[in-house]
Amino acid sequence: MAKELIRLVNCSMAFDGEVVLDNINIYFNDKKFLTLLGPSGCGKTTTLRIIGGFLKPTSGDVLFDGVRINDVPPHRRRVNTVFQKYALFPHLDVFENIAFGLRLQKKPKLAEAEIKERVLEMLEVVNLKGFEHRQVSSLSGGQQQRVAIARALVNRPEVLLLDEPLGALDMRLRKDMQNELKRIQQAMGITFIYVTHDQEEALSMSDTVVVMNEGKIQQIGTPEDIYNEPKNAFVADFIGESNIVDGIMHEDGVVEIFGRKFKCLDSGFDPMEPVDVVIRPEDVDIVPLKEGMLTGLVTNVTFKGVHYDIIVDFKGFKWLIQTTDFCPVDSKIGIKIDPDGFHVMKKSKYSGMFGDYSSYSDEYDEISDSEYDPEAEEEDGQGGGYYED
Amino acid sequence: MTRRNARLGGKIFTALVFLFLYAPIFVLIVFSFNSSKSRTTWTGFSFKWYAELFQNDAIMSSLYTTLLVAVISALIATVLGTFAALGFYTMKKRWRNPLLEVNNIPLMNADVVTGVSLCLLFVAAAAIMGDFTAWINKIFGTDLKTNFHLGFATLLIAHISFNTPYVILSVMPKLYQLDRNLVDAAQDLGCTFMQAFFKVVVPQIMPGIVNGIIIAFTMSIDDFVISYFTAGSTVNTLSMTIYAMARRRVSPEINAISTLLFLAVLILLVIINLREIRQEDKKKRLQKAIAR
Repeated sequence: MAKELIRLVNCSMAFDGEVVLDNINIYFNDKKFLTLLGPSGCGKTTTLRIIGGFLKPTSGDVLFDGVRINDVPPHRRRVNTVFQKYALFPHLDVFENIAFGLRLQKKPKLAEAEIKERVLEMLEVVNLKGFEHRQVSSLSGGQQQRVAIARALVNRPEVLLLDEPLGALDMRLRKDMQNELKRIQQAMGITFIYVTHDQEEALSMSDTVVVMNEGKIQQIGTPEDIYNEPKNAFVADFIGESNIVDGIMHEDGVVEIFGRKFKCLDSGFDPMEPVDVVIRPEDVDIVPLKEGMLTGLVTNVTFKGVHYDIIVDFKGFKWLIQTTDFCPVDSKIGIKIDPDGFHVMKKSKYSGMFGDYSSYSDEYDEISDSEYDPEAEEEDGQGGGYYED
Repeated sequence: MTRRNARLGGKIFTALVFLFLYAPIFVLIVFSFNSSKSRTTWTGFSFKWYAELFQNDAIMSSLYTTLLVAVISALIATVLGTFAALGFYTMKKRWRNPLLEVNNIPLMNADVVTGVSLCLLFVAAAAIMGDFTAWINKIFGTDLKTNFHLGFATLLIAHISFNTPYVILSVMPKLYQLDRNLVDAAQDLGCTFMQAFFKVVVPQIMPGIVNGIIIAFTMSIDDFVISYFTAGSTVNTLSMTIYAMARRRVSPEINAISTLLFLAVLILLVIINLREIRQEDKKKRLQKAIAR
């Protein structure tokens, strides 16, 4: 059983009357990799800054090891942060940047030899051996990132906060750094709280993912839970691709969509309750026309390498289906969905807002931050493609 | 053909502008080396007036006053201005912008108005202080000074007050360029706010602070009007001495001291501009390096 380290109790935050965090309750376990995931403006960075001590919640408490730390300033918290744009000190070289925190320690004051040993050890952890006397401005983005991580970790914090640390790196480097971060977290055995808007990053690195939107926590769970059992249309849409359709839950294990009943594995709904039904694009099998549970018209095909993304029109509602079989545009196809391919969700305020591929949706604008984000742009292009049907 | 004429015309015009601007100073410099007292005919080259300058007690003591006031007021104004800029920086925008406008008023205000108003303030303050010490003397039977006059102290206060806005103006842009996360990062690593300020912010804004100190020093040396109203009758700055000498008769010594003053200010201005150019270059190079 993991030990609980940090807990936010009924935390709310408002700037000039504008609510950015709405009554957040969350706890963070020791030695775990937890990710706060959400579109920009969802309150994830605010949450991180509250834990770091840079912001005081308007109401609610922050507990560290059970002790209330609302009024403890950042320099007295056993927490260190890796900032979005690294925030390295330009007037100091790599060594002095990393040694910065160590030199400030008073009780006990560290000997020069120990400082040197710990800095060099850290440089080795982040694969920057031999870089100690370089100026930080002469380093590449990835290297600056590593210095920022070393500068935080050398103080041996119990928790490392990372605020979109890979946001400014290109995709290749980002993938490398993801593995690197995961490795460092496991090697150091400390808690990482990671903020990102990149769902893929969140799913591949985390022990626990917290999906946030509009200042509220939408869902907390393991990456598998979040992907397979999204709680509402927002989560289903934000994590991966989803077709979300209106349905009616007749009884346990029977759901109706498009006027037809299907077998599913979900239960626990009222009889005849209106619900949202999520069908992941990869869970749809394409079958010959007469074997199909539903038939539709292919309106758009995009080759993606491993598979094709095809858009299929079912009675005016357009689905995204991922398949390895090529289906030409304007062909009629039948589809089959296994019972475990349906995921039934209670109606929420996000119902009807997401999950239809008939038009370019705003979701990509929401996801992509103002900064350059190659992946989001790529997705933008995809969305535009659907529109051209 | 017409275009070439236009270009030639432009060159001539520029030359005329520069002639108009610098001819008086050029004449002044040339005649500071004249061997006779004449201000119109050149009688030969000599350092005579420069030599006499250094023999002149009035000039030398006012030079000393000027430099002392310039150094002290520049230092104090730089400390005040830097902290004031930091205050503006952390202020909410709603308050910051109007207050920065207020900061600009003394820069644009006519010196004579600033001078007279400071003079009135100091006279009033001196009267109040005199009354106060007289009252203390009466109660405690002490023998404190009761008659306060304008002098070195008021001159210094006046210079600090008109120098501070210049320092604020030269430090503010450096603060805006500062990555706000740097302060957070320093605090995150164990600094108190003041430690973060001295260890991280000051090194980053140092170019602005140094520029501020040079500008303040230059402005202080340069000032005549405000000094004239606030120095009283016992203390003289260099410009006041020159003014007093010129009222009697224009001595070639004035040419010499003016030449030196001109050169000193010129050198300081060149230093300020070179520093700015160098910083721009450095920034550009850095951006290029990052883009790469």
